[in-house]
Amino acid sequence: MKLLTLNFLTCAIKACKSSPASFPLHPRDVELEIVESDINLPFLKNILPRLMWAELRTIAAELGLPELPETAPTRDHLVEGKEEAKEGEEVDEVPSQTARDLHRVLLETTVKEGKLVCGNCAHEYKVMEGVPNFLLPGHLV
Amino acid sequence: MSRPEDTLPPDLFYNDTESRKYTTSSRIQRIQSDMTHRALSLLSLASPSLILDIGCGSGLSGEILSQTPQYGTPGGPHVWIGLDISASMLGVALEKDVDGDLFLADAGQGVPFRPGTFDAAISISAIQWLCNAETSEDSPAGRLSRFFGGLYASLRRGGRAVCQFYPKNETQKKMVAQAAIKAGFGAGLLEDDEGTKNAKTYLVLTVGGGDLDGDITGVVRGMDSVHVMARPGAKAAKRGGDIVKGSRGWILKKKEQMERKGKVVKPSSKYTGRKRRVQF
Repeated sequence: MKLLTLNFLTCAIKACKSSPASFPLHPRDVELEIVESDINLPFLKNILPRLMWAELRTIAAELGLPELPETAPTRDHLVEGKEEAKEGEEVDEVPSQTARDLHRVLLETTVKEGKLVCGNCAHEYKVMEGVPNFLLPGHLV
Repeated sequence: MSRPEDTLPPDLFYNDTESRKYTTSSRIQRIQSDMTHRALSLLSLASPSLILDIGCGSGLSGEILSQTPQYGTPGGPHVWIGLDISASMLGVALEKDVDGDLFLADAGQGVPFRPGTFDAAISISAIQWLCNAETSEDSPAGRLSRFFGGLYASLRRGGRAVCQFYPKNETQKKMVAQAAIKAGFGAGLLEDDEGTKNAKTYLVLTVGGGDLDGDITGVVRGMDSVHVMARPGAKAAKRGGDIVKGSRGWILKKKEQMERKGKVVKPSSKYTGRKRRVQF
């Protein structure tokens, strides 16, 4: 499971829905894996405003990843200094180092094994082979 | 032909053999890919988006979402997250090494993502399974309402969802559409090859706001065999015209109803529905 997904995941239990502590889920005893993939600049631009940067930093710190900058990058940071575009010609945008780092953290770093713990109810969701188990027993739904 | 929904719950029905059969059958592959392309055309995504795939199974539709526009995926390659209740199906997806993230989850228990996560959602041949409840403490209506409620919240404003499903009958089709409308979606049903054995039902859902072209009617404008079932705002207007419960008008209406049923009803007079004087 990508770290990007973890940035959107909340506790599934109904009672936790109203509590702010149900997001983000805290990774425990985690085994990480890097899965290489092609950088997708339009996607990064699309998803950037929807990221919760503060929570992403917390999770990165909990996982022992290198510290992320304090403020989120903006869309302009993702593109290498644009060359002067000639009229009527489209220039392919070149991803900057920031974009490549972001791609590395969000889309290539994946959780392979471990647990995700809700900050509110302390329910543990097991992750096996990169697939988290979000099936709940009937009384918690 | 018997419906698999009537035989077993999905997590038991799609066991290892059934999952493999489903994924390797070239006929099913072709049908699924046709339906995914159809659903994608209804979503009309212009740029790479984050998509939720409900009932992703072995990732047959997900593989198409990860394709580039050259291979027929408009706006691709998309990043997707798939939910499925069958561990065997997900096992097949893992073997195939699909690009999306997989979750073992029951869509009838809700969608565990924070509000405004996804640009779009897609579901191919899955939500008819929500019309069955396996335990006595659960009900199809409850499962559908949790699913659509969760889906509505997790889509961003102006987002869209397309759910292809196999309704058992008209009642079930209506139940699913009504549940979606109740959750707040603008909903429309689109049927391909209507009236034939190959009929495919698509539930097209929109979330209001954002940069959408109006409501659901914008999505299906100019398409044949589309029935628009609800417009946002139409419901609110209807509710305003209702008679207040307990008022004179309401009592008279009820009396009339009872009379039509053949019950004995006291005649109405100027005192009908009046409050009694406060007794000293």
